[in-house]
Amino acid sequence: MGGQVDTRSNWLPHLILLIGVFITAFPLWVTFVASTLTPREIAQTPMQMWPGPELWRNYSQALTQGSRGTYLSPPAMTLLFNSLVVALVVTFGKIVVSLLSAFAVVFFKFPGRMFCFWMIFITLMLPVEVRILPTYKVVTDLNLLNSYTGLTLPLIASATATLLFRQFFLTIPDELVEAAKIDGAGPMRFFKDVVVPLSRTNIAALFVILFIYGWNQYLWPLLITTSNSLDVIVVAIKKMIGTGAEPTDWHIVMSTTMLALLPPVLVIILMQKSFVKGLTDTEK
Amino acid sequence: MQRRVVFNDKLLPYLLLAPQLAVTLVFFFWPAGQAIQMSVLSQDPFGQSVTFVGLENFREVLADPDYVASFWRTLFFSAMVAVLALVPALVFAVMAERVIRGAGFYRTILVLPYAIAPAVAGVLWLFMFSPSVGIVAYWLKKLGVDWNPKLDGTDAMALVILAAAWKQISYNFLFFLAGLQSIPRALLEAASIDGASEWKKFWTITFPLLSPTTFFLLVVNIVYAFFDTFGIIDAVTSGGPAKATEVLVYKVYYDGVHALNLGSSSAQSVILMAIVIVLTAIQFRYVERKVHY
Repeated sequence: MGGQVDTRSNWLPHLILLIGVFITAFPLWVTFVASTLTPREIAQTPMQMWPGPELWRNYSQALTQGSRGTYLSPPAMTLLFNSLVVALVVTFGKIVVSLLSAFAVVFFKFPGRMFCFWMIFITLMLPVEVRILPTYKVVTDLNLLNSYTGLTLPLIASATATLLFRQFFLTIPDELVEAAKIDGAGPMRFFKDVVVPLSRTNIAALFVILFIYGWNQYLWPLLITTSNSLDVIVVAIKKMIGTGAEPTDWHIVMSTTMLALLPPVLVIILMQKSFVKGLTDTEK
Repeated sequence: MQRRVVFNDKLLPYLLLAPQLAVTLVFFFWPAGQAIQMSVLSQDPFGQSVTFVGLENFREVLADPDYVASFWRTLFFSAMVAVLALVPALVFAVMAERVIRGAGFYRTILVLPYAIAPAVAGVLWLFMFSPSVGIVAYWLKKLGVDWNPKLDGTDAMALVILAAAWKQISYNFLFFLAGLQSIPRALLEAASIDGASEWKKFWTITFPLLSPTTFFLLVVNIVYAFFDTFGIIDAVTSGGPAKATEVLVYKVYYDGVHALNLGSSSAQSVILMAIVIVLTAIQFRYVERKVHY
């Protein structure tokens, strides 16, 4: 090929990329197909690889009734609502809290500034997975088990978002701050009229990453909700799968699975630019 | 680090920081402190009395063959996930750089797994590989493979590794793609003029110039495999069969929440914290260098 871009003869990259597409999409396709079949069709080996006629019936049963079995799952409607509340509260909470603290750290000089900054920074090293029991205990002591507050509040502090905003705020020209001061605008006015509008693309980028993060939470909701009606959809799916004593309602599990993965997948597809920016920025 | 022109309010910055610091203190530092405290205490089975035991819990954990086995298992799991998520991602990224037609389509599909929750990714793979209904399990059976992840520990481990790697390829793909785009065109063109083959150009120019990205991704992938795969393991195997897929994070969870062994679980938490701190430090040291680079 000699380094020239020759679109006619480079079939090899296309072949390899199609293999990649196959690996990526096949599990999703199988799930989608299963979500349109009757339980009997699913149990047939090998399962057919083309969608069946039960799409409407399976999804409406999943949405309005949920699965039967040992775990009395609430209808997927409730599960989706819970997931949406968690995802949105966590996303907006993190964005607001981080905007405010990054603003304080960058635009003010005050005793303890670096100390506060390091306190926030260190939380990067304390993911919930490593402090499971004690955090659970704190939430119990505060009487927050089985509540939306308990589901969301502990997830709202974010070093990543704060660091990202801090990085960006440092690039805002001094002239803008001086102009604001000359105009007699106070810091909060400056925050509202200059800082937040300038941060729009960063906020959009973070929104994508944080929405996915919030929607996909698993361990935390699993720990602190014992009431099924507060389950988020990701946790509920796992509970719907029988442990062997009872057959699994695969047609309902698969349609609920599709419902669980659609919102974050749509966010990625519709906001692809912001997603790539968010992903690469938050890792710096 | 600090701007030249700043506002002079005395109280306001503290108010602005208050929400974040409050959440951080209550849900991060307090629990982390308690984990450390509980890790040096021992509670009798009835929760009546608590005694200070120093490093006894740590000694017990580190001497426990189950824990040591889980540690090696975690290393194996992470290494496999990292390799299986990095190599295909690099290949796909190199190929995606070469095509023009369909590039957007390929990229859109390849990044999708990033959006999917670990537990949901686990369910997708669990279903495909389920011995009773799974299509891939059916193919394996046709090929004469005796496949049963519910009973066979090796099969179960293979399944969670595949699901975990599948989900992480997206992330690596995007970072490799960004890395490739930052390689100076002129270098590759000069090599072409000298008659270097694609293969040779890759190994002498592209791959060495990508090494910062590769190293960064290696650390990120290990962190991912250590901590973010809990959902996959819980959904697919629940750590079984017979603890064959019980990695460290799963063990902390199980020993604390199900076995209610507080001292041991806390000591394990503290050990995990130390691991995260080391990994984060490596990552930041490296990022520091990337900035100068």
